[in-house]
Amino acid sequence: MNWLLVLFLLPLVGAAVVMLLPRENGLLAKQVGIAVSVITFAVSVVLCFQFDAARGGDFQLGFAYDWIPAFGVQFAMAVDGIALVLVALSTCLVPVVLVAGWNDADGARGSVKGYIALVLLLESAMIGVFAATDVFLFYVFFEAMLVPVYFLIGRYGGPRRNYAAVKFLLYSLFGGLLMLASLIGLYVVSADQTGSGTFDFLSLAGLTIDPTTQKWLFLGFFIAFAIKAPLVPFHTWLPDAAAESTPGTAVLLVGVLDKVGTFGMLRYCLELFPEASTWATPVVIALAVISIIYGALLAIGQNDIKRLIAYTSVSHFGFIVLGVFVMTTQGQSGATLYMVNHGFSTAALFLLAGFMISRRGSRFIDDFGGVQKVAPVLAGFLLIAGLSSLALPGLSSFVSEFLVLQGTFVRYAWVGVIATIGIVLAALYILLMYQRTMTGPTPDVVREKVGDLGGREVLAIAPLLVVIIALGFFPQPVLDVINPAVDRVMVNVGATDPAPQVPVAEGTQP
Amino acid sequence: MTPFSGGEAAVPAEIANAVDATGVFSLIWLLVALPLLGATVLLLLGRRSDKWGHWLAILMSTASFVVGAALFIGLLGRPDDDRAIKQHLYDWQVVGTFNVPFDLRLDQLSMVFVLLITFVGTLIHIYSVGYMSHDPNRRRFFAYLNLFVASMLLLVLADNYLLLYVGWEGVGLASYLLIGFWFYKESAAVASKKAFVVNRVGDVGLSVAVMLMFATFGSVTFEGVLGRADQASEQQLTWIGLALLLAACGKSAQFPLQSWLLDAMEGPTPVSALIHAATMVTAGVYLIVRSNAIFDAAPVAAAAVIAIGAITLIMGAIIGSAKDDIKKALAGSTMSQIGYMILAAGLGPVGYVFAIFHLITHGFFKADMFLGAGSVMHGMNDQVNMRHFGLIRTVMKVTWITFACGWLAIMGVPPFSGFYSKDKIIESALSVNVWVGIITMIGAGITAFYMTRLFAMTFHGREKRWTDDVHPHESPWIMMAPVAVLAFLAVVAGFALSNWIVDWLAPVTGYEPADPPIPPLAISGIVLVLVVIGAGLAWVMYDRRPVPTTAPAGNWLTRAARVDLYGDAVNEAVFMRPGQYLTRFLVWFDNRVVDGAVNGLAATIGGLSGRARRLQTGFARSYALSMLGGAAVVALTLVLVRL
Repeated sequence: MNWLLVLFLLPLVGAAVVMLLPRENGLLAKQVGIAVSVITFAVSVVLCFQFDAARGGDFQLGFAYDWIPAFGVQFAMAVDGIALVLVALSTCLVPVVLVAGWNDADGARGSVKGYIALVLLLESAMIGVFAATDVFLFYVFFEAMLVPVYFLIGRYGGPRRNYAAVKFLLYSLFGGLLMLASLIGLYVVSADQTGSGTFDFLSLAGLTIDPTTQKWLFLGFFIAFAIKAPLVPFHTWLPDAAAESTPGTAVLLVGVLDKVGTFGMLRYCLELFPEASTWATPVVIALAVISIIYGALLAIGQNDIKRLIAYTSVSHFGFIVLGVFVMTTQGQSGATLYMVNHGFSTAALFLLAGFMISRRGSRFIDDFGGVQKVAPVLAGFLLIAGLSSLALPGLSSFVSEFLVLQGTFVRYAWVGVIATIGIVLAALYILLMYQRTMTGPTPDVVREKVGDLGGREVLAIAPLLVVIIALGFFPQPVLDVINPAVDRVMVNVGATDPAPQVPVAEGTQP
Repeated sequence: MTPFSGGEAAVPAEIANAVDATGVFSLIWLLVALPLLGATVLLLLGRRSDKWGHWLAILMSTASFVVGAALFIGLLGRPDDDRAIKQHLYDWQVVGTFNVPFDLRLDQLSMVFVLLITFVGTLIHIYSVGYMSHDPNRRRFFAYLNLFVASMLLLVLADNYLLLYVGWEGVGLASYLLIGFWFYKESAAVASKKAFVVNRVGDVGLSVAVMLMFATFGSVTFEGVLGRADQASEQQLTWIGLALLLAACGKSAQFPLQSWLLDAMEGPTPVSALIHAATMVTAGVYLIVRSNAIFDAAPVAAAAVIAIGAITLIMGAIIGSAKDDIKKALAGSTMSQIGYMILAAGLGPVGYVFAIFHLITHGFFKADMFLGAGSVMHGMNDQVNMRHFGLIRTVMKVTWITFACGWLAIMGVPPFSGFYSKDKIIESALSVNVWVGIITMIGAGITAFYMTRLFAMTFHGREKRWTDDVHPHESPWIMMAPVAVLAFLAVVAGFALSNWIVDWLAPVTGYEPADPPIPPLAISGIVLVLVVIGAGLAWVMYDRRPVPTTAPAGNWLTRAARVDLYGDAVNEAVFMRPGQYLTRFLVWFDNRVVDGAVNGLAATIGGLSGRARRLQTGFARSYALSMLGGAAVVALTLVLVRL
């Protein structure tokens, strides 16, 4: 029995079981959903223990079945260090989202069991997209993810959910199509070179593709990923989608789904098209830096809490993309760790924002004020989550953000310095939001409506905060898993770290 | 030799020769862990620990001091040049050659800080029991104090710059939480945010410095960077030095990042004493003195340090001379005194030791005076306007006498502590550059003016200018006992430490005796004359003459000093307003232009806005349609790449 296959199938089967439950018994659906997601998480923990970190660059724990033999398509999955941590992030966040969003689907257009089933379906697709080692299978999951998210936004979202859902879908489809085109191009190239076409990732990574073709194929993949990530100027779907989603959906969308974009750049763009990636580097880095600064400035200007968080993510994705494309070990390991850390801190922010919004009945920052007086635990949690988002040293995001900056600096010093300005803007968008919502005199309407967190809500958020603090002081276990995989990417893309100006003496550990 | 060059790039041997921690030294980690534990327990237990929370915090802070004292005795038992101890705890982050261990370093420099932080910290904890006794959130206050002590200890004990950064931001966080402790006041909330954001500007400097270090040396540990500073190019070291200076400016409220400190007085007064006078704001001085190997080899950066220190020392003194708010006057004074320390640190080996010496004596006398101001406020219904004080010596004898010790110490009247530390800085400054020396002497005169003004307006004068609702009374013993200890140290610390400190610190900071152009005794004489002039002027103006209860219009300098020499006005005009316009414009731009272009495109091809509903119901069809479109793109691609 392959544990990875079990991990993939569990939520899928869970979704089917939930759909078979009676429509009117929402409670049962919630219970089953949480049980399935917790078991799935447990299985992913087992998987983490089975994974050999020392060989983290190899694809492990995998399986492969022929799917469409005519095109050499396989149903094949396996994880390297990068994929493993992202799979673990996904399985960890789903139970949190279900517990936190206990009441989110009540009274929505769709049924409760539908909501639970869609979340589980999405979980399965997320596992698949990170674990696929067949590029065609990756593409299938890449597109399949859209379906549950589309319905989660369109059926359970806010007032402008239809607009947001369709916008999300069209953007994603547009990117997906470009990727499909490149994918087919890639297949043709592989058929040319090896006689029989293949979609197997490792075989494709072994091809030598002529530079012009590489550039075209790269663009197809890259634009798809840049929309998903999202990078400025492809980002405007995100604030709408995040603002109109339920908080739980926003967590999965921004916290996990968007990581497929940056994951894809690291795994597919860099390793399949190394020369083209190097060729595109100046433009990508420019876009990444623009995203960091532009996203942060826009976050400062928002009055809608959820849009604010969405724009902070645009800024953070800028950091991740920057880390991927500076082609240094620190940059790429940092970017990968950033994907994980950003998942946790954004999850905490979105869920807490959701708690605030459902209490007050408004998404607007101006409608709050002095909340800390009436809800100290909520305020404290929001502060920790916010500090993580602004990358306070001692919290998890600092480690990854600094690695990215350090990795950038050793290659492009001035880019590193400009990106560092992002830390000032981050302090502004978080603390301004905190000041406007949590401090100052408490208006009567806030005093009446906003109570402190209940037990269920604390149960959902506390583990996230524990992870945020723990990974701030002990990131090494995760880095140990990531590093070998990044080393592989570095070798495949043909990059080496710049040497320090003062040579390190032989045999000494600096 | 140029006036500012500090001579050869001498790398102190101690940097590279730290021995592993054994015996009593294996307790180093407890220094940080104990107060951290206190903070964690108090924050997690919440209201359940309200009754005894402050005692736990005091216990943890005291325990940390006891451990520190034990370590100090341990260090004393070791030879002069073998007092650097390294404790390896674990590997924090290792990525490629970027290897950052979680290591602590105890040497003479960090030892001095450990003792200062835990000792003054504990006294202020005790004081706060009385000062905060009526506050329903006293437990939270003590949790933050403990968090601060833990972070500050991590800052001075870290063995690499990235770990130092954790302590650096940790104290920033504690400062943020404590300035905004009365968060329901809008002004406190704004001030706390301002402090954090301005400090983050400084943090850009620290980030860049660390990144430069790794790019230059392939390491961020003290050993890897400072131990090999002599091998790097001067240009590279200059950049590192300037980046470190920017960091120091943020944390130590030096020009041009000074504006947050005056607003930080929104926090409870013990916070001002501990964080915004005695410890945290001196972190910048620590950073520069710690990085002495870099500044020794980068004369331009060292000169910049001197310039910043000189500017701030005069600015702070002028601001302090015009403020009627007793805490803000003290805050101006703090800026100015830290200016002295920064300046001394920029002087190189002739100044490092005295920067730290002044830091210690200032820690005692300024904490003494801030707590004294707190005692006055406690007795005067939290009144801070000195124009409503006067003749307080008649009702608060202990506060008056203890404050007088601080007053004499900061003016540098012999044999009070400030005399020893400040005159040494002036001597060193004169021996490096006459003009810098003159600035420090003028500063001493202004210091005497503003401190005497403050002292006379508060405790002396011709009449009581109290408002009707106040009934001043002496503060309880739990507040005055710590103040008395600090006052005692403000009197004796200078005399007691003046020779010892040089021998103690020299192995880690390096030391060269100052060689001023005129004899030290003459310098002391001149400074004393300036002090007497400054103090006499203030005494005539604010004791002999009646002080109006509303401030007179004042000349242009007074008016400028009242608004912090336009620091906030400049920030507002240059950063805040344009920033607000920029974000507003970008929000419009993103909605109308970036998003608008896409929506417009979608509308044109009959897509999005108008037919959203139809698209949604016809999901499968549109998907198929898009697939078809995709196939077309594929075909195009294949043609383009000529496959």
